[in-house]
Amino acid sequence: MTHPQQQAVLAAAGIHRRFGALVVLEAVDFAMAADEAVGIVGPNGAGKTTLLSVLSGAFPPSAGSVSFKGGDVTALPATARCRLGLVRTHQVPKPFSGMTTFENVFVAASHGAGLGRDEAYEEALGSLKLCGMLGVANRRAETLGLLDRKRLELARALAARPTLLLLDEIGGGLTDGEAGELVDTIKELRRRKIGIVWIEHIVHILLQVAERLICMDAGRIIADGEPQAVMADPQVIHAYLGGGPK
Amino acid sequence: MSVVPTSPMIERGTATSRIAAIAVAIVIALLAIAPQFLSAGAVDRMTALFIYVILAAMWNALAGFGGLVSVGQQVFFGLGAYFAIRLADAGLNPFLALFASGIIVGAVSWPLSLFMLRLKNGEFAIGMWVIAALTHLLVNLDRLVQGETGTSLISLNVYDASIRRVTIYWLALASMTALLAALFGLLRGSTGAAIRAIRDNEDAAASVGVRVTGTKRLLFVLAAFGIGIAGALWLATSITFQPKTYFNVQWTAYMIFMVLVGGIGTFEGAILGALVFFLIETWFGGAGVWYLIGLGATAVLFSLFLPRGLWGTIEERFGLRLLPVGYRVKLPANVADGGMIPSQQATTYQEKA
Ligand SMILES: Nc1ncnc2c1ncn2[C@@H]1O[C@H](COP(=O)(O)OP(=O)(O)OP(=O)(O)O)[C@@H](O)[C@H]1O
Ligand SMILES: [Mg+2]
Repeated sequence: MTHPQQQAVLAAAGIHRRFGALVVLEAVDFAMAADEAVGIVGPNGAGKTTLLSVLSGAFPPSAGSVSFKGGDVTALPATARCRLGLVRTHQVPKPFSGMTTFENVFVAASHGAGLGRDEAYEEALGSLKLCGMLGVANRRAETLGLLDRKRLELARALAARPTLLLLDEIGGGLTDGEAGELVDTIKELRRRKIGIVWIEHIVHILLQVAERLICMDAGRIIADGEPQAVMADPQVIHAYLGGGPK
Repeated sequence: MSVVPTSPMIERGTATSRIAAIAVAIVIALLAIAPQFLSAGAVDRMTALFIYVILAAMWNALAGFGGLVSVGQQVFFGLGAYFAIRLADAGLNPFLALFASGIIVGAVSWPLSLFMLRLKNGEFAIGMWVIAALTHLLVNLDRLVQGETGTSLISLNVYDASIRRVTIYWLALASMTALLAALFGLLRGSTGAAIRAIRDNEDAAASVGVRVTGTKRLLFVLAAFGIGIAGALWLATSITFQPKTYFNVQWTAYMIFMVLVGGIGTFEGAILGALVFFLIETWFGGAGVWYLIGLGATAVLFSLFLPRGLWGTIEERFGLRLLPVGYRVKLPANVADGGMIPSQQATTYQEKA
């Protein structure tokens, strides 16, 4: 690969994942440094979300291993990986619907980041503010629209104080203005030295943040490198045209 | 633009809830001296009410806050009574036996949770019922219990009836107060937030660092302990122990009734539901089968017309929170309208409404 993986903070080797007979990930190798911002693209069903789930510990790979911060975390559940600083968001938002927006985020600050009460308050308020959600802090999450639910995914993951943030389509359905705001937020996270893996179909948003792009198709990584080069890769173009563009 | 003058604050209570806290303390103090003014029958009824409150609060904590719906909680009620019989038979002071029994029930529930909490939703609910039925059969095998003939807490009979009655009343009042306080403390703290998060979405809770299994286990054991104490207290009031009365699924049916009528998932709701159940039982309990039909009909009416229960509806309609466990963010006016948020990043995602 074109990228020197010196001091990879997150590395996955030989990842396979099957659901019954369906092979969703096949021999995926992935590594990134702590200060990278990596974008992931690929047609629907390519296995992007599944890769994120395996990285974050939502479920184990069928074969292969994951390491984070120098330790093997393959056997560690999501809770423990989050506490180590590897935190994901969900493509289909999973809010704690009976709790308020603030309470959603507070749970992450007090359990994910392991903060005491006052620090957790501050952290939760800080991430709500960064994501522009202070105005809906007291709303029950079940009353939020899709857009706010996606923001909540980001705010909640942030409150867990990640060193590496795994984002799954948080930008879908945004207007241009909203997308610009989202990009600004992610750039702020970069300033805070938070590593980013970001799955997004809307490539022009992604390219404003990602320094490196990965394209997946049919359970494999088919291109990995400098974003413009990846977008120009014949295999990538074929995957999109052949698989039906999004 | 420089510094934001005031920052958002987190509110836990309200003016009403502070008054409510004082009112609760007064009510408990009045209840403590009440036996002097009550008839023997009324003292017994009040003791039953305290036990109902414990049962409702425990089932509500488990199902309403933790999402763990069990239809087998009678297992802990029955075991609470059974271990008290056993301990008293072994020579322990019968009053001490009541509480020691609760601790043993809690201890027994711990290994039980290891496999029960692997089950999800309906499987867990029914699984608990199966555990209750099996435990009932096992207890029947104990020679001391003599099968369904049952036995009694004879060592209580050495106490004078009126002293015994009032002592049990106070023990029930003290147990209820302590258990409610412990539960309130737990649910109001950060563990309580984790418990509600698990109820709403277990995967998401794990993804933000909540220890799902350990947290559920804590709640399960606490509920078992509380219901065990309730079973032991019930034994103390009725003296006789017949397994089929204590391991009867009706106990869980009562818990569910109280919680659904009062308002599931609110701390006040369980207490109110227990009070409603107690009144219905007091007024109509003699009506035999019609009483049971009435209870069933009430439950159905509530689930159709007041799905959030009495307290849930009051809370929604009037914004009244007496014993709140949640968090409110109080924004300084200028932050709420976005005027003082200085940086470009902070205005990201400004709400339009
Ligand atoms: N839990 C599951 N059980 C069975 N099949 C699954 C499961 N999760 C994902 N799949 C299948 O695996 C394949 C890859 O899914 P995945 O969600 O990882 O794709 P994706 O690249 O994220 O797609 P999208 O862009 O649509 O989000 C799909 O065919 C999907 O149907
Ligand atoms: Mg996906």
